[in-house]
Formats: sequence, C-alpha cells, structure tokens
Amino acid sequence: MTPQIAVFLVLAAMAVAGAVNLILQRHPIHSALSLIVVMVALAGLYLLQGAEFIAAVQIIVYGGAIMVLFVFVIMLLNAGEEERTNLSRMARYVGVPLGVVFLLEVAYWIGRATSHMAQSSPQAVSTRELSTLLFREYVFPFELTSFLILIAILGALVLARREDSD
Amino acid sequence: MNEFAAQHSILIVVLPKVVVLLFVLLTALAYLTWFERKVVAHIQSRWGPYRVGPHGLLQPLADGLKFLFKEDVTPAGADKFTYFLAPFLSLSLAITSIAVIPFGPKDFTVFGQSTPLAITNLNIGLLILFAITSMGVYGVALAGWSSNSKYSLLGGLRSSAQMISYELTLTMSVVGVILMAGTFNLSDIVQAQQGFYLGFLPRWNLIGAPFPQVIGFFLFFTAAVAETNRAPFDLVEAEQELVGGFHTEYASFKFAMFFMAEYSSMITVSCLATILFFGGWLSPFPQTGIWTWTHYIPSAVFAIAGVALIIHGVRYLTILGRVVLPVLGLVLCALAVLFAMPGVPDFVQGPFWFLLKIAIFIFVYVWLRGTLPRFRYDRLMTFGWKVLLPLSILNVVITSLAIVLAQK
Amino acid sequence: MVPTSYYLVLSAVLFGLGVVAFVFKRNIITIFMSIELMLNAVNLAFVAFSRALGQLQGQVFVFFVIVVAAAEAAVGLAIIIVIARNRGTLDVERVDSLKH
Repeated sequence: MTPQIAVFLVLAAMAVAGAVNLILQRHPIHSALSLIVVMVALAGLYLLQGAEFIAAVQIIVYGGAIMVLFVFVIMLLNAGEEERTNLSRMARYVGVPLGVVFLLEVAYWIGRATSHMAQSSPQAVSTRELSTLLFREYVFPFELTSFLILIAILGALVLARREDSD
Repeated sequence: MNEFAAQHSILIVVLPKVVVLLFVLLTALAYLTWFERKVVAHIQSRWGPYRVGPHGLLQPLADGLKFLFKEDVTPAGADKFTYFLAPFLSLSLAITSIAVIPFGPKDFTVFGQSTPLAITNLNIGLLILFAITSMGVYGVALAGWSSNSKYSLLGGLRSSAQMISYELTLTMSVVGVILMAGTFNLSDIVQAQQGFYLGFLPRWNLIGAPFPQVIGFFLFFTAAVAETNRAPFDLVEAEQELVGGFHTEYASFKFAMFFMAEYSSMITVSCLATILFFGGWLSPFPQTGIWTWTHYIPSAVFAIAGVALIIHGVRYLTILGRVVLPVLGLVLCALAVLFAMPGVPDFVQGPFWFLLKIAIFIFVYVWLRGTLPRFRYDRLMTFGWKVLLPLSILNVVITSLAIVLAQK
Repeated sequence: MVPTSYYLVLSAVLFGLGVVAFVFKRNIITIFMSIELMLNAVNLAFVAFSRALGQLQGQVFVFFVIVVAAAEAAVGLAIIIVIARNRGTLDVERVDSLKH
C-alpha cells in the first residue's frame, strides 16, 4: 500500500464518518460540525490530487464562510434538537437495508465502470494555470457569478429585513 | 547518519524543527503576557508585575501554575463535547498557522539535508494561512454557544459576525500585494521586495512601485486587529458589558488555552504584516558598499542590551535579581560575540530583522490596547462594511490599474 | 497512486449519504446542510475527473459550484430565518400551512 492510498483511506474514512454522523446527530450544531469534518477531509483529498487552489478555496469558502453562516443561524434561531420520529416497521426492516444495498451497488458499478481510468501523475496544478483558464476562456461565466452574488446579497437583505421596521 | 537522514527526512529534519518552533512559540506566548502587562502598566503609570522574580520575570510561570491547579468547572447544561472541543480548536488552529511562516532566507543543513527556515514552504502558503484563520471563528462561536450562558452566547454571536465581516477586508487588503508579487508563496513574496530605491530606500511593498500599499497595509492591520479580537475591537470579550464574553464559563487550563490562542494569532498576524508589507527578513539597509557595517547591527544590539542589563542588574533590589539579571546580560553578550563571528552575521541577519519587525508590531498591538477606547458594536459593523471594505476594493482596482500601466 | 475509481466511489457514497440525510432529517437547516453535502460529493467527482483526463476545466467548474453554493447559502438561510420568524418552528413537518 503506497502512502497516497493510506492517506486517501484515512481521509475517505473521515469523510464518510462525518457524513454518517450528520445523519445520526439530532442537534443541528453537531450536524454542522460533522459536515465541517467532511469538508476538511475533502480539502485534504483535493490536495492529494494536486488541486491546491481548490483545496484552499474549499476551506476558506465552505469551511470558513458558508458553514460559519450555518452555525451563526443555528445559534441565532436557538434551534433545539430534532424530535425523534419512529420509522415504520416496514421502513426499518426493509427500507434501510434496501437503501444501503442500493447505495453500495451504485458505488460498486461506478467503481467498476471507471476502473480503467488511470490517474495521471500527481503534479500540483498551479494557481496561475487555473486562473489563466478562468480569466481567458471562462471570463463570461465568471462575470455572471459576480452578478449572481450581487443578486444573492440583495435577496438575502430583502428577505431577512423585518417588514414592520421603518 | 546521512543516509538514515535522507531516508527519514521527516523524522530527522521536520520533526525537530516542529518541536523547536513549538517550544520557542509557547515560551514567547508566555512572555508576551508579561510584556503586555508591563507595557500597559507603564502606559497607565503603574509598575505592572514586579514581585515574582526580578521585574516580574517569573510571573508567566506563576500564572501558568495557577491555571493548571485551578478547579476545572463545567457549567450545568453545557454541551459537553463542544464545550471541550472549542478551546482545543482555537489553540491548535492558532498554532498551526505559524507553520507556513518563513523566518529567514537561508536554507540550513541538518545531517546533509537542506531545509528552509520554516516548517514548510508552500506554493499556496498565504491561502493556507487564510484558510486556517477563517476556521478560527469556530473556536469562539462554539465556545459561546456550548457554555449555555447568555453572556457567552452574546459574545459568541458578536464574534462570529465581527470575524466574518473583517475577514473580507483582511483578504481583500492583501490582494494588492499578491498582484505585485504574482505569487501566493510567502518566501517569494519577500524575495520580490528585494532592492532599494536611490540606493538606500528599501523596496518594500509598503512603499513599492507601481503603487505603494500604504492603504493596503492600514486596512490589513485594522482588519487583523479586529480579526484577532484585540482592543479597540475586543467586543467579543468586552468585560464591562458581557462579563467576559465567550469564555465567561471557562476556567482553568481551558481558559488559558483561549488566551494562548489569542496571543498566538497576534504573533501570526504580525508575521504576516511583516512579510507582506515590510519585506519580511530583508534588512532595511543595503548589503554592499558603505553599508557593510550594518551586518553587525544584531551583534551590537545584543551587546548593548547585555551590558545595560549587567549594569542595572548588579544594583537590583533583591538578591535573586542581582544574580539572574547579570547572568541574562552575560548570555546576551555571549550571543553578541557569537553573532560577530565570521560567517554568522550573514545567517543571523534574516531572523534578526524578522523578529525585530514582529516585536515592533506586537508593541503596536499593546500600545493600541493601552490607548484606544472600545468601539460600539453597530459602529464597528458600519466601519467594517461601509469604510474598510469599499476602501480595500478601491485599493485592488488602483493597484491593478497601476500594474497594467507600468507594464506598458 | 490512488486510482480514479476510488474517488468516484467515495463521491457516490457521500452523495448517497447526502440524499439519505435530505430524506430523513426534519430540521430545515440540517436538510439544507445535506444539500451542501451532495454538492461537495459532486465537486469531488469533478476534481477526480479533471485529474484523470488531465484537463483543468473540472477544477474551474468546482470553483463555480462553490460560488453558487455560497450564494445559495446566503439566500437559503435568509429564507430559513423568515420561516422561523413567521412560523416559530424549524421542523419541516410543521411548515405545512398550504395543506390546511
């Protein structure tokens, strides 16, 4: 087993454990923490594939901004624990196993269908190359995203403003 | 030995570096508390710590012991896991970020393995630093939430809002520097600032062509002070209104961990300001011609400090002081002699100037705390969003324009 | 060297777990988080493909996905705040006034 595979397995286990924990935890803050674990693990996986810039952006934007916003809203609304709901007997004994089997099967077939794809040599993609591509070929979509963000800001402001205040 | 080192370079080279840096950093953190108390005391015409050891030099040790032996209370109704996680998260993130800071230009050799004067030299060092800083919000926010106390919660909420807002300015303000250096690598950013105008004016980014980053620097430092939750932006812990802010319910060593995290991020931010705007380890004097004598400045500074300490020490009030202070002075003098040895000045220069610049920034931090009153919360937000952010965007626009014009 | 298929399998598993979370969770915020989990899983697949094919377009796409996710989070959380303010609950089962 090469070191890369070992690192991959550790990070993958971290990500899956985080995702499972997101489902199992009943308090939104704990779910959010699990999701942060997933995101950090994914950033590690991006680094492993040489996608340095994406890895950094993943942590800065997802970990440092989006998830902070989630945590902030959870704290602001003082969200409590979810009520535990009982699964019907049918769902517990048939649905959950079937779902797991289906998931594993999909994963298996994807793995098989793509097993011929070789991983090219792990050399880091420089930020310069990425930004050249971004600002030459994809400059129009890039500008569109800034427009999108502007609209999102306006939308969030309009939505969150108290209507009775004047 | 050399073969073994080549095969296990992590074990032989990186691990000792980490251990040494951690040791130095933790000691520096402890003595930073002493430094801050002393400086603030003198600003306010007091003496500061004076009883424990000569000039209170053993105060950090006493504080540390006190923290260790205090009872560690977990508040009722606290979310246990998160309550424990928060201080660890704060401290570990704050300390990790120092790993990408380069302390000097020269690679040094250990057992035949050449290695830079930093834990690691990354292509995206600056981005990694910002990534780690941005995760720092969780420590504060989670501490506030998990303590199950309204004061803590208010402190935590305030902090997450404040840190998110000022992070924007923090990131935008360095874009000018990145544009001028053309890289995220911290070492390369420093290298790009080499050279002098008119033969003596250093080409640091603060005053560098094509557009001096003076605005960028002030934006960066303001945002950084807010990001590290220091006065005058310390609303997070505002003692007078919030009891103690997010760490109200923390005691014992977990409380100490928050403080260490705060001081550690102060050091990181000072390092970053030095690297980005003040030429990092570069000497403010040219290296050749009539300026060659500046190579011996480190030696001279240490010698003067050592002699002064000895003269002051032998007349000190207590016996302990009469022993400890002269010995410290002798150590400084010995270092001065070592620094003057042939070949050594070259190597010492980088770290010396770097640490000196950091020390100046830390002093400014303490100075600010000693003099400025705290902002009101709404003013803080208005200031961040309506003044700092537009200015930082303006800075980016002007810098990029200047670079394009300069290239033509 | 890690084969590309490993990454894709992991991506599929994470996406599946995201779907499961989306279906099972009751709290609107957590449901929203499971959407983010699915987006992340897709990003992983994009980066893996970008690596396997030796093209950077995949990473550019991840960049766009992250931007869109940020915009979505801002608007989505604002909607959640409005819902919590008007209905006083975050449980999706109770936000069903159109039914009655």
